[in-house]
Amino acid sequence: MAKTIDQYFDDLRGTRVWRSVFRSGTGSSTLKRALAVQQNVFLHLFSTKVRTRMLSFSATWYLGTLTLGTFLILVATGIPLMFYYHPSVPQAYADTKDLQFVVSSGLFLRNLHRWSAHAMVFLVFAHMFKVFYRGAYRAPREFNWVIGVILLLMTLLLSYTGYLLPWDQLAYWAITVGSNIASAVPVIGEKIHFLLLGGNAVNANALLRFYVLHCMILPLTAMFFVAIHFWRIRKDGGLYSHDSEPATVRAKVQTSASTSATPAKEGQ
Amino acid sequence: MADETKKTGEINNDVNRRQFFAKLGLGSLGIAAAGTAAFAYQYLDPNVLYEPSPVVNAGKPDRYPLGSVTIDVNSGIYIIHSDEGYFSLSAVCTHLGCMTAWKPELNMIACPCHGSKFNEDGKKIEGPAPRPLPWKRIWLNDDGDLLVDRSTDVPALAQDSYVRV
Repeated sequence: MAKTIDQYFDDLRGTRVWRSVFRSGTGSSTLKRALAVQQNVFLHLFSTKVRTRMLSFSATWYLGTLTLGTFLILVATGIPLMFYYHPSVPQAYADTKDLQFVVSSGLFLRNLHRWSAHAMVFLVFAHMFKVFYRGAYRAPREFNWVIGVILLLMTLLLSYTGYLLPWDQLAYWAITVGSNIASAVPVIGEKIHFLLLGGNAVNANALLRFYVLHCMILPLTAMFFVAIHFWRIRKDGGLYSHDSEPATVRAKVQTSASTSATPAKEGQ
Repeated sequence: MADETKKTGEINNDVNRRQFFAKLGLGSLGIAAAGTAAFAYQYLDPNVLYEPSPVVNAGKPDRYPLGSVTIDVNSGIYIIHSDEGYFSLSAVCTHLGCMTAWKPELNMIACPCHGSKFNEDGKKIEGPAPRPLPWKRIWLNDDGDLLVDRSTDVPALAQDSYVRV
């Protein structure tokens, strides 16, 4: 009797190696499925159970997940771009042109990186507006809103630091203008400007600093806060929180309004 | 025994051994953190800069005819030959650092980024620039070349701010 594919997978899940890696074991009972999520280092950030209606498109428009998607695309395309790009004044612009016109699939990777970056900024704002208008920032999720603001800042800084790297006229003057805005900070503005650029003007030091910020410091910081952001969703009661549902809030308002209105009616 | 109790009673108001070591540990970590912050700041603050010299050689004065406004985009300065003599203006907009340009048809200096306008003395005609374009120190060297020090501002329209040949 031939085995079905499912049976092969079941055999695989029963092997000693599989059991040593995924400790939740075989079986698809609710408990086993919950354990599979809880005992996975990545999935344990999320809730083991989610209400189906919170997974519907209308609940979140998937804006947070889509933002994560663009971030992953940016990591996956950014790393290959680093193999051809030298963050130095004589080479940066030439390397960018090589990626655009010479390197196989360079055009695809660079444009995917560029468009994903634009999409990520758009999605982060859309996600923020959605959370705001749905009232999803309310208790118990206030702190996750704060983490979200930090992530918005990280996104904008990643966008800004990446903008200099092609080292063309647009990049050069945009960073000149942007770094001069930093000088407007009272008292320490000039020092921030100097430290950011590693000098008095946008030059070799500035290019290298922006490269290190763009490829190492900011992505790692962003990942750290993304992990907290996701973990807090579970800690704050999952995607669904009854208290902050618009219907619940409306019902509460109506109840309090009608209770305060009732004595007046009786008095008449 | 009674003495001992009395003794511990007195010590209780003070720190005990455990608290002392905890404070010592936290204090050392605090000092180490402050040291690391100072170390990081000093490391990231460059001591040597390989930037172009602030002093620019603008060549012989006869390159600049009377009444001309000439920009050197590489050094970001104007050399202006007026009736009073030669003087130099910074070409870097005082708003957000873009390179301005001389517009002969309008007889003014204009910034392409946010539309600030200046006259040929550097005086602001319209914003968003907050300040006029600064005048730079200009002098003749022994070879008869005009030199400009971009790092030194001089008062606008002052007698000493011109070079007369």
